[in-house]
Amino acid sequence: MTEPAPAAGQGEVDFLAHRRGDDVAVAVRDTAPGAARAAYLDSGDRFGIEVRTPVPLGHKIALRDLAERENVLEYGVPIGLTRAPVAAGELVHTHNLRSARWRSSV
Amino acid sequence: MAQQRLTGYRRPDGRAGIRNHVVILPVDDLSNAVAESVARAIPGTLAIPHPYGRLQFGADLGLFFQTMIGTGANPNVAAAVVIGIEPAWTERIADGIAETGKPVAQFSIERHGDLRVLELAARRAGQLLQDASELARVPVDRGELLMSIKCGESDTTSGLGANPATAQAVDRHIAAGGTVIFGETTELTGGEHLIAQRCATGEVRKKFQAFFDNYFAMVERTGANLLGSQPTQGNIRGGLSTIEEKALGNIQKTGTVPVVDALAPAERPTRAGLNFMDTSCAAAEFITLTAAAGAVVHLFPTGQGNVVGHPVEPVIKITANPLTLATMSEHIDVDVSGLLRLEYGLATAGDRLQDVLDRTINGRLTCAEVLGHREFALTRLHPSA
Repeated sequence: MTEPAPAAGQGEVDFLAHRRGDDVAVAVRDTAPGAARAAYLDSGDRFGIEVRTPVPLGHKIALRDLAERENVLEYGVPIGLTRAPVAAGELVHTHNLRSARWRSSV
Repeated sequence: MAQQRLTGYRRPDGRAGIRNHVVILPVDDLSNAVAESVARAIPGTLAIPHPYGRLQFGADLGLFFQTMIGTGANPNVAAAVVIGIEPAWTERIADGIAETGKPVAQFSIERHGDLRVLELAARRAGQLLQDASELARVPVDRGELLMSIKCGESDTTSGLGANPATAQAVDRHIAAGGTVIFGETTELTGGEHLIAQRCATGEVRKKFQAFFDNYFAMVERTGANLLGSQPTQGNIRGGLSTIEEKALGNIQKTGTVPVVDALAPAERPTRAGLNFMDTSCAAAEFITLTAAAGAVVHLFPTGQGNVVGHPVEPVIKITANPLTLATMSEHIDVDVSGLLRLEYGLATAGDRLQDVLDRTINGRLTCAEVLGHREFALTRLHPSA
Protein backbone atom coordinates (compact mmCIF):
# COMPACT_ATOMS: atom_id res chain seq x y z
CA MET A 1 0.00 0.00 0.00
CA THR A 2 1.38 3.35 -0.96
CA GLU A 3 0.61 6.34 1.17
CA PRO A 4 -1.31 8.90 -0.92
CA ALA A 5 0.24 12.32 -0.70
CA PRO A 6 -2.49 14.72 0.44
CA ALA A 7 -1.28 18.03 -0.98
CA ALA A 8 -2.13 20.77 1.51
CA GLY A 9 -4.10 23.72 0.25
CA GLN A 10 -5.23 22.15 -3.01
CA GLY A 11 -8.77 21.55 -1.79
CA GLU A 12 -10.97 18.53 -2.16
CA VAL A 13 -11.50 16.57 -5.36
CA ASP A 14 -14.63 15.30 -7.11
CA PHE A 15 -13.14 12.09 -8.50
CA LEU A 16 -10.45 9.64 -7.44
CA ALA A 17 -8.72 7.20 -9.81
CA HIS A 18 -6.76 4.33 -8.30
CA ARG A 19 -3.74 4.69 -10.56
CA ARG A 20 -2.46 6.37 -13.71
CA GLY A 21 -3.54 4.34 -16.74
CA ASP A 22 -6.97 3.48 -15.30
CA ASP A 23 -9.90 4.07 -17.67
CA VAL A 24 -12.33 5.15 -14.92
CA ALA A 25 -12.39 7.34 -11.83
CA VAL A 26 -14.88 7.22 -8.92
CA ALA A 27 -17.01 10.17 -7.84
CA VAL A 28 -16.40 10.92 -4.15
CA ARG A 29 -19.44 13.27 -4.12
CA ASP A 30 -22.50 13.71 -6.33
CA THR A 31 -21.32 15.48 -9.49
CA ALA A 32 -23.11 17.37 -12.28
CA PRO A 33 -22.00 18.09 -15.87
CA GLY A 34 -19.14 20.59 -16.10
CA ALA A 35 -15.52 20.93 -15.09
CA ALA A 36 -14.42 18.72 -12.21
CA ARG A 37 -11.28 18.05 -10.15
CA ALA A 38 -9.71 14.61 -9.99
CA ALA A 39 -6.67 12.95 -8.43
CA TYR A 40 -4.77 9.69 -8.66
CA LEU A 41 -4.89 7.87 -5.33
CA ASP A 42 -1.44 6.29 -5.75
CA SER A 43 0.53 9.46 -6.51
CA GLY A 44 -1.79 12.24 -5.34
CA ASP A 45 -1.31 13.93 -8.75
CA ARG A 46 -4.24 16.17 -9.71
CA PHE A 47 -5.96 16.47 -13.08
CA GLY A 48 -9.06 18.08 -14.54
CA ILE A 49 -11.97 16.29 -16.18
CA GLU A 50 -15.13 17.38 -18.05
CA VAL A 51 -18.25 15.64 -16.70
CA ARG A 52 -20.81 14.95 -19.47
CA THR A 53 -23.52 13.09 -17.53
CA PRO A 54 -24.37 13.34 -13.81
CA VAL A 55 -22.25 10.87 -11.81
CA PRO A 56 -23.53 10.13 -8.27
CA LEU A 57 -21.28 9.46 -5.28
CA GLY A 58 -19.50 6.12 -5.74
CA HIS A 59 -20.22 5.81 -9.44
CA LYS A 60 -17.62 5.87 -12.19
CA ILE A 61 -16.74 8.26 -14.99
CA ALA A 62 -14.87 7.31 -18.19
CA LEU A 63 -11.47 8.98 -18.36
CA ARG A 64 -11.12 8.33 -22.12
CA ASP A 65 -13.28 7.35 -25.09
CA LEU A 66 -13.96 3.60 -24.98
CA ALA A 67 -15.02 1.48 -27.96
CA GLU A 68 -17.61 -1.32 -27.78
CA ARG A 69 -16.29 -4.59 -26.25
CA GLU A 70 -13.19 -2.88 -24.94
CA ASN A 71 -11.48 -3.94 -21.68
CA VAL A 72 -11.95 -1.30 -18.98
CA LEU A 73 -9.09 -0.88 -16.49
CA GLU A 74 -9.42 0.02 -12.80
CA TYR A 75 -6.70 -0.75 -10.21
CA GLY A 76 -4.63 -1.36 -13.39
CA VAL A 77 -6.66 -4.56 -13.97
CA PRO A 78 -9.61 -5.27 -16.35
CA ILE A 79 -12.99 -4.95 -14.58
CA GLY A 80 -15.13 -5.92 -17.59
CA LEU A 81 -16.06 -5.18 -21.20
CA THR A 82 -18.00 -2.23 -22.55
CA ARG A 83 -21.42 -3.14 -23.96
CA ALA A 84 -21.41 -0.02 -26.18
CA PRO A 85 -19.10 2.89 -27.00
CA VAL A 86 -18.59 5.22 -24.01
CA ALA A 87 -17.33 8.79 -24.36
CA ALA A 88 -14.87 10.35 -21.92
CA GLY A 89 -16.85 12.08 -19.18
CA GLU A 90 -19.84 9.70 -19.29
CA LEU A 91 -21.14 7.49 -16.49
CA VAL A 92 -19.79 3.90 -16.60
CA HIS A 93 -22.03 1.31 -14.93
CA THR A 94 -24.03 -1.86 -15.60
CA HIS A 95 -25.82 -0.27 -18.58
CA ASN A 96 -22.59 -0.01 -20.58
CA LEU A 97 -20.18 -2.35 -18.76
CA ARG A 98 -20.47 -6.13 -18.22
CA SER A 99 -18.41 -8.85 -16.57
CA ALA A 100 -15.99 -10.72 -18.80
CA ARG A 101 -15.96 -13.59 -16.28
CA TRP A 102 -19.56 -14.40 -15.25
CA ARG A 103 -20.49 -15.56 -18.74
CA SER A 104 -24.23 -15.80 -18.08
CA SER A 105 -24.42 -12.38 -16.41
CA VAL A 106 -25.19 -10.18 -19.39
CA MET B 1 1.25 5.42 17.66
CA ALA B 2 1.24 4.28 21.29
CA GLN B 3 0.35 0.62 21.63
CA GLN B 4 -2.34 -0.16 24.17
CA ARG B 5 -1.86 -2.98 26.65
CA LEU B 6 -4.11 -5.78 25.43
CA THR B 7 -6.12 -8.03 27.72
CA GLY B 8 -8.28 -11.08 27.21
CA TYR B 9 -9.40 -14.37 28.71
CA ARG B 10 -7.00 -17.31 28.84
CA ARG B 11 -8.84 -20.56 28.09
CA PRO B 12 -7.82 -24.03 29.36
CA ASP B 13 -6.51 -25.00 25.89
CA GLY B 14 -4.12 -22.03 25.95
CA ARG B 15 -5.95 -19.90 23.41
CA ALA B 16 -6.91 -16.29 24.16
CA GLY B 17 -10.38 -14.77 23.76
CA ILE B 18 -11.68 -11.21 24.10
CA ARG B 19 -15.22 -11.98 25.28
CA ASN B 20 -16.53 -14.25 28.04
CA HIS B 21 -19.82 -15.70 26.80
CA VAL B 22 -21.80 -18.59 28.26
CA VAL B 23 -23.61 -19.97 25.21
CA ILE B 24 -26.77 -22.08 25.01
CA LEU B 25 -26.21 -24.09 21.84
CA PRO B 26 -29.15 -25.93 20.25
CA VAL B 27 -28.06 -28.94 18.20
CA ASP B 28 -31.04 -28.63 15.86
CA ASP B 29 -34.02 -26.47 14.91
CA LEU B 30 -36.26 -28.42 17.30
CA SER B 31 -34.16 -27.34 20.29
CA ASN B 32 -34.21 -23.61 19.57
CA ALA B 33 -37.32 -22.99 21.67
CA VAL B 34 -35.98 -24.43 24.91
CA ALA B 35 -32.49 -23.00 24.28
CA GLU B 36 -34.00 -19.53 23.98
CA SER B 37 -36.11 -20.15 27.08
CA VAL B 38 -32.96 -21.01 29.03
CA ALA B 39 -31.28 -17.79 27.87
CA ARG B 40 -34.37 -15.81 28.93
CA ALA B 41 -34.40 -17.53 32.33
CA ILE B 42 -30.71 -16.78 32.90
CA PRO B 43 -30.02 -13.28 31.50
CA GLY B 44 -26.37 -12.94 30.56
CA THR B 45 -26.27 -16.27 28.76
CA LEU B 46 -26.54 -16.30 24.99
CA ALA B 47 -28.70 -18.66 22.91
CA ILE B 48 -27.52 -19.32 19.35
CA PRO B 49 -30.60 -20.55 17.43
CA HIS B 50 -30.32 -21.84 13.84
CA PRO B 51 -32.55 -23.72 11.37
CA TYR B 52 -30.53 -26.91 10.72
CA GLY B 53 -29.09 -30.02 12.33
CA ARG B 54 -31.62 -32.61 11.16
CA LEU B 55 -31.11 -35.24 8.43
CA GLN B 56 -27.81 -33.75 7.32
CA PHE B 57 -25.30 -36.30 6.03
CA GLY B 58 -21.91 -36.75 4.43
CA ALA B 59 -19.66 -33.73 3.91
CA ASP B 60 -22.52 -31.36 4.83
CA LEU B 61 -22.95 -33.10 8.20
CA GLY B 62 -19.19 -33.00 8.75
CA LEU B 63 -19.13 -29.23 8.25
CA PHE B 64 -22.18 -28.89 10.51
CA PHE B 65 -20.44 -30.67 13.40
CA GLN B 66 -17.21 -28.77 12.79
CA THR B 67 -19.06 -25.44 12.83
CA MET B 68 -21.11 -26.19 15.96
CA ILE B 69 -18.15 -27.60 17.88
CA GLY B 70 -15.91 -24.76 16.69
CA THR B 71 -18.44 -22.16 17.83
CA GLY B 72 -18.61 -23.63 21.33
CA ALA B 73 -14.84 -24.09 21.39
CA ASN B 74 -14.19 -20.46 20.30
CA PRO B 75 -11.97 -18.71 22.88
CA ASN B 76 -14.62 -15.98 23.29
CA VAL B 77 -16.81 -18.65 24.91
CA ALA B 78 -16.25 -19.45 28.60
CA ALA B 79 -18.72 -22.33 28.84
CA ALA B 80 -21.42 -24.02 26.77
CA VAL B 81 -24.78 -25.67 27.39
CA VAL B 82 -25.64 -27.99 24.47
CA ILE B 83 -29.29 -28.99 23.96
CA GLY B 84 -30.49 -31.42 21.28
CA ILE B 85 -33.60 -33.41 20.48
CA GLU B 86 -31.81 -36.73 21.08
CA PRO B 87 -28.65 -37.61 23.02
CA ALA B 88 -26.24 -38.97 20.35
CA TRP B 89 -25.53 -35.87 18.25
CA THR B 90 -25.89 -33.73 21.39
CA GLU B 91 -23.10 -35.72 22.99
CA ARG B 92 -20.96 -35.52 19.86
CA ILE B 93 -21.07 -31.71 19.88
CA ALA B 94 -20.69 -31.42 23.66
CA ASP B 95 -17.71 -33.78 23.68
CA GLY B 96 -16.08 -31.88 20.81
CA ILE B 97 -16.35 -28.62 22.73
CA ALA B 98 -15.20 -30.27 25.98
CA GLU B 99 -11.87 -31.21 24.31
CA THR B 100 -10.86 -27.57 24.88
CA GLY B 101 -11.11 -28.19 28.64
CA LYS B 102 -13.85 -25.59 29.13
CA PRO B 103 -17.01 -26.50 31.09
CA VAL B 104 -19.75 -28.04 28.92
CA ALA B 105 -23.20 -29.35 29.93
CA GLN B 106 -25.54 -31.34 27.70
CA PHE B 107 -29.27 -32.06 27.72
CA SER B 108 -31.60 -33.85 25.31
CA ILE B 109 -35.33 -33.37 24.97
CA GLU B 110 -36.74 -36.80 24.07
CA ARG B 111 -38.01 -38.70 27.18
CA HIS B 112 -37.82 -35.45 29.20
CA GLY B 113 -39.70 -32.70 27.33
CA ASP B 114 -38.92 -29.01 26.98
CA LEU B 115 -39.99 -28.02 30.50
CA ARG B 116 -37.88 -30.56 32.35
CA VAL B 117 -34.89 -29.66 30.14
CA LEU B 118 -35.57 -25.98 30.74
CA GLU B 119 -35.30 -26.39 34.48
CA LEU B 120 -32.19 -28.58 34.45
CA ALA B 121 -30.38 -26.58 31.76
CA ALA B 122 -31.25 -23.23 33.36
CA ARG B 123 -29.91 -24.37 36.74
CA ARG B 124 -26.66 -25.50 35.11
CA ALA B 125 -26.42 -22.37 32.93
CA GLY B 126 -26.74 -20.22 36.04
CA GLN B 127 -23.83 -21.99 37.71
CA LEU B 128 -21.70 -21.70 34.57
CA LEU B 129 -22.49 -17.99 34.31
CA GLN B 130 -21.46 -17.40 37.92
CA ASP B 131 -18.23 -19.30 37.36
CA ALA B 132 -17.52 -17.36 34.15
CA SER B 133 -18.11 -14.07 35.96
CA GLU B 134 -15.12 -14.82 38.17
CA LEU B 135 -12.71 -15.22 35.26
CA ALA B 136 -10.42 -12.18 35.09
CA ARG B 137 -8.90 -10.49 32.07
CA VAL B 138 -5.17 -11.11 31.76
CA PRO B 139 -2.53 -9.60 29.45
CA VAL B 140 -2.48 -11.19 25.99
CA ASP B 141 -0.18 -10.76 23.02
CA ARG B 142 -1.57 -9.22 19.84
CA GLY B 143 -0.10 -12.08 17.83
CA GLU B 144 -2.16 -14.76 19.58
CA LEU B 145 -5.54 -13.16 18.74
CA LEU B 146 -6.95 -14.83 15.62
CA MET B 147 -8.55 -12.19 13.39
CA SER B 148 -10.85 -12.49 10.38
CA ILE B 149 -11.65 -9.99 7.63
CA LYS B 150 -14.55 -9.73 5.21
CA CYS B 151 -16.23 -6.75 3.61
CA GLY B 152 -19.95 -6.42 2.90
CA GLU B 153 -22.40 -4.28 0.97
CA SER B 154 -19.26 -2.94 -0.61
CA ASP B 155 -19.20 -0.07 -3.03
CA THR B 156 -16.45 1.83 -4.77
CA THR B 157 -15.62 3.69 -1.54
CA SER B 158 -14.67 0.30 -0.05
CA GLY B 159 -11.85 -0.15 -2.57
CA LEU B 160 -10.78 3.49 -2.19
CA GLY B 161 -10.94 3.79 1.59
CA ALA B 162 -12.27 1.20 4.04
CA ASN B 163 -10.52 -1.81 2.51
CA PRO B 164 -7.04 -0.26 2.19
CA ALA B 165 -7.43 1.00 5.78
CA THR B 166 -8.24 -2.56 6.87
CA ALA B 167 -5.13 -3.74 5.01
CA GLN B 168 -3.07 -1.54 7.32
CA ALA B 169 -4.44 -3.42 10.32
CA VAL B 170 -3.89 -6.78 8.59
CA ASP B 171 -0.24 -6.04 7.81
CA ARG B 172 0.34 -4.79 11.37
CA HIS B 173 -1.38 -7.81 12.93
CA ILE B 174 0.72 -10.21 10.92
CA ALA B 175 3.91 -8.24 11.59
CA ALA B 176 3.12 -8.81 15.30
CA GLY B 177 3.15 -12.57 14.68
CA GLY B 178 -0.61 -12.84 14.28
CA THR B 179 -2.92 -14.80 12.01
CA VAL B 180 -5.67 -13.39 9.80
CA ILE B 181 -8.31 -15.29 7.81
CA PHE B 182 -9.79 -13.94 4.57
CA GLY B 183 -11.95 -15.82 2.06
CA GLU B 184 -15.00 -15.04 -0.12
CA THR B 185 -14.03 -17.41 -2.89
CA THR B 186 -16.23 -16.13 -5.73
CA GLU B 187 -15.41 -12.57 -4.76
CA LEU B 188 -11.87 -13.01 -6.03
CA THR B 189 -13.10 -13.53 -9.61
CA GLY B 190 -11.06 -11.27 -11.84
CA GLY B 191 -8.34 -10.85 -9.23
CA GLU B 192 -7.72 -14.50 -8.33
CA HIS B 193 -4.34 -14.33 -10.10
CA LEU B 194 -3.26 -11.63 -7.63
CA ILE B 195 -3.95 -13.99 -4.70
CA ALA B 196 -2.36 -16.97 -6.49
CA GLN B 197 0.80 -14.88 -7.00
CA ARG B 198 0.94 -14.18 -3.26
CA CYS B 199 0.70 -17.83 -2.18
CA ALA B 200 3.84 -18.65 -0.21
CA THR B 201 4.49 -22.04 -1.84
CA GLY B 202 3.42 -24.05 -4.85
CA GLU B 203 1.48 -26.36 -2.53
CA VAL B 204 -0.56 -23.47 -1.11
CA ARG B 205 -1.13 -22.06 -4.62
CA LYS B 206 -2.42 -25.44 -5.81
CA LYS B 207 -4.82 -25.72 -2.85
CA PHE B 208 -6.05 -22.15 -3.36
CA GLN B 209 -6.54 -22.59 -7.10
CA ALA B 210 -8.50 -25.84 -6.57
CA PHE B 211 -10.86 -24.13 -4.11
CA PHE B 212 -11.35 -21.22 -6.51
CA ASP B 213 -11.84 -23.37 -9.62
CA ASN B 214 -14.38 -25.63 -7.87
CA TYR B 215 -16.48 -22.71 -6.60
CA PHE B 216 -16.30 -20.91 -9.94
CA ALA B 217 -17.33 -24.08 -11.80
CA MET B 218 -20.29 -24.55 -9.40
CA VAL B 219 -21.51 -21.04 -10.18
CA GLU B 220 -21.01 -21.45 -13.93
CA ARG B 221 -22.82 -24.82 -13.97
CA THR B 222 -26.01 -23.13 -12.81
CA GLY B 223 -26.04 -20.98 -15.95
CA ALA B 224 -27.58 -18.25 -13.81
CA ASN B 225 -27.24 -14.50 -14.26
CA LEU B 226 -25.53 -13.37 -11.06
CA LEU B 227 -26.07 -9.65 -11.55
CA GLY B 228 -27.95 -8.62 -8.41
CA SER B 229 -26.60 -11.59 -6.43
CA GLN B 230 -22.84 -11.20 -6.96
CA PRO B 231 -22.42 -8.22 -7.22
CA THR B 232 -25.43 -7.65 -4.93
CA GLN B 233 -28.13 -5.08 -5.60
CA GLY B 234 -26.56 -3.00 -2.84
CA ASN B 235 -23.15 -3.18 -4.53
CA ILE B 236 -24.69 -2.01 -7.81
CA ARG B 237 -26.59 0.80 -6.11
CA GLY B 238 -23.27 1.91 -4.65
CA GLY B 239 -21.59 2.03 -8.06
CA LEU B 240 -19.94 -1.38 -8.45
CA SER B 241 -20.65 -2.72 -11.94
CA THR B 242 -19.04 -6.18 -12.24
CA ILE B 243 -17.72 -9.06 -10.15
CA GLU B 244 -14.20 -8.16 -11.30
CA GLU B 245 -14.48 -4.62 -9.97
CA LYS B 246 -15.92 -5.90 -6.67
CA ALA B 247 -13.14 -8.49 -6.39
CA LEU B 248 -10.35 -5.97 -6.92
CA GLY B 249 -11.80 -3.77 -4.18
CA ASN B 250 -12.20 -6.81 -1.92
CA ILE B 251 -8.56 -7.81 -2.39
CA GLN B 252 -7.41 -4.34 -1.27
CA LYS B 253 -8.12 -5.34 2.32
CA THR B 254 -5.77 -8.35 2.35
CA GLY B 255 -2.66 -6.20 2.71
CA THR B 256 0.71 -7.02 1.25
CA VAL B 257 1.77 -10.19 3.05
CA PRO B 258 2.05 -13.69 1.53
CA VAL B 259 -0.82 -16.19 1.75
CA VAL B 260 0.56 -18.97 3.97
CA ASP B 261 -2.26 -21.50 3.68
CA ALA B 262 -5.59 -22.28 1.99
CA LEU B 263 -8.15 -23.70 4.43
CA ALA B 264 -11.38 -25.67 4.02
CA PRO B 265 -14.52 -24.04 5.51
CA ALA B 266 -14.26 -23.71 9.33
CA GLU B 267 -10.78 -25.27 9.36
CA ARG B 268 -8.55 -23.94 12.15
CA PRO B 269 -5.35 -22.29 10.84
CA THR B 270 -2.05 -23.90 11.81
CA ARG B 271 0.30 -21.42 10.14
CA ALA B 272 0.78 -17.85 11.43
CA GLY B 273 0.13 -15.20 8.80
CA LEU B 274 -2.54 -14.58 6.18
CA ASN B 275 -4.77 -17.63 5.57
CA PHE B 276 -7.31 -18.01 2.76
CA MET B 277 -10.51 -19.92 3.65
CA ASP B 278 -12.89 -21.33 1.03
CA THR B 279 -16.20 -19.64 1.87
CA SER B 280 -19.40 -18.10 0.65
CA CYS B 281 -19.38 -14.31 0.35
CA ALA B 282 -22.53 -13.91 2.47
CA ALA B 283 -21.50 -12.02 5.60
CA ALA B 284 -23.12 -14.13 8.33
CA GLU B 285 -22.07 -17.41 6.69
CA PHE B 286 -18.49 -16.18 6.46
CA ILE B 287 -18.20 -14.96 10.05
CA THR B 288 -19.91 -18.11 11.33
CA LEU B 289 -17.17 -20.16 9.60
CA THR B 290 -14.27 -18.03 10.84
CA ALA B 291 -15.65 -17.96 14.39
CA ALA B 292 -15.86 -21.76 14.19
CA ALA B 293 -12.20 -21.76 13.15
CA GLY B 294 -11.44 -19.82 16.34
CA ALA B 295 -11.35 -16.19 15.18
CA VAL B 296 -12.00 -13.82 18.11
CA VAL B 297 -12.37 -10.47 16.31
CA HIS B 298 -13.55 -9.47 12.84
CA LEU B 299 -12.78 -6.38 10.74
CA PHE B 300 -15.69 -5.55 8.43
CA PRO B 301 -15.24 -2.75 5.90
CA THR B 302 -18.54 -1.66 4.32
CA GLY B 303 -19.67 0.82 1.71
CA GLN B 304 -23.47 0.90 1.65
CA GLY B 305 -23.76 -0.27 5.27
CA ASN B 306 -24.03 -4.00 5.97
CA VAL B 307 -25.18 -4.29 9.62
CA VAL B 308 -24.03 -7.86 10.37
CA GLY B 309 -22.85 -9.09 13.77
CA HIS B 310 -22.13 -12.52 15.26
CA PRO B 311 -23.05 -14.11 18.60
CA VAL B 312 -19.49 -14.70 19.82
CA GLU B 313 -17.07 -12.95 17.41
CA PRO B 314 -17.28 -9.12 17.69
CA VAL B 315 -17.55 -7.39 14.29
CA ILE B 316 -15.93 -3.96 13.79
CA LYS B 317 -17.43 -1.86 10.97
CA ILE B 318 -15.27 0.50 8.95
CA THR B 319 -16.55 2.83 6.23
CA ALA B 320 -15.29 5.63 4.02
CA ASN B 321 -18.73 6.38 2.55
CA PRO B 322 -19.96 9.81 3.74
CA LEU B 323 -23.60 8.99 2.92
CA THR B 324 -23.48 5.83 5.04
CA LEU B 325 -21.90 7.77 7.90
CA ALA B 326 -24.60 10.45 7.64
CA THR B 327 -27.53 8.02 7.49
CA MET B 328 -26.55 5.00 9.64
CA SER B 329 -23.78 6.08 11.99
CA GLU B 330 -25.06 3.79 14.77
CA HIS B 331 -23.59 0.87 12.80
CA ILE B 332 -20.14 2.30 12.09
CA ASP B 333 -17.23 1.85 14.50
CA VAL B 334 -14.51 3.51 12.42
CA ASP B 335 -14.88 6.52 10.07
CA VAL B 336 -12.17 6.72 7.39
CA SER B 337 -14.10 9.00 5.04
CA GLY B 338 -11.24 11.51 5.25
CA LEU B 339 -9.36 9.23 2.84
CA LEU B 340 -11.82 10.23 0.10
CA ARG B 341 -11.32 13.91 0.86
CA LEU B 342 -7.52 13.39 0.87
CA GLU B 343 -7.45 14.78 4.42
CA TYR B 344 -5.08 12.07 5.59
CA GLY B 345 -3.35 8.99 4.25
CA LEU B 346 -3.59 5.27 4.86
CA ALA B 347 -1.19 5.24 7.81
CA THR B 348 -3.48 7.65 9.68
CA ALA B 349 -6.56 5.65 8.70
CA GLY B 350 -4.75 2.53 9.92
CA ASP B 351 -4.05 4.25 13.26
CA ARG B 352 -7.75 5.13 13.65
CA LEU B 353 -8.74 1.53 13.01
CA GLN B 354 -5.99 0.17 15.27
CA ASP B 355 -7.21 2.33 18.14
CA VAL B 356 -10.77 0.99 17.88
CA LEU B 357 -9.53 -2.58 17.36
CA ASP B 358 -7.40 -2.44 20.51
CA ARG B 359 -10.23 -0.93 22.57
CA THR B 360 -12.58 -3.63 21.24
CA ILE B 361 -10.09 -6.32 22.22
CA ASN B 362 -9.99 -4.79 25.70
CA GLY B 363 -13.76 -4.97 26.06
CA ARG B 364 -15.34 -1.99 24.27
CA LEU B 365 -18.60 -3.20 22.69
CA THR B 366 -18.88 -2.87 18.91
CA CYS B 367 -21.86 -1.16 17.30
CA ALA B 368 -23.16 -4.57 16.21
CA GLU B 369 -22.92 -5.90 19.78
CA VAL B 370 -24.75 -2.86 21.16
CA LEU B 371 -27.50 -3.20 18.55
CA GLY B 372 -27.92 -6.92 19.29
CA HIS B 373 -26.74 -8.23 15.91
CA ARG B 374 -26.06 -11.95 16.48
CA GLU B 375 -26.34 -13.43 13.01
CA PHE B 376 -25.40 -17.11 12.97
CA ALA B 377 -25.70 -18.75 9.55
CA LEU B 378 -24.56 -22.29 8.89
CA THR B 379 -23.00 -22.99 5.49
CA ARG B 380 -24.69 -25.92 3.72
CA LEU B 381 -22.70 -28.03 1.25
CA HIS B 382 -25.73 -29.95 -0.07
CA PRO B 383 -29.41 -30.61 0.83
CA SER B 384 -30.51 -32.76 3.76
CA ALA B 385 -31.52 -36.39 3.18
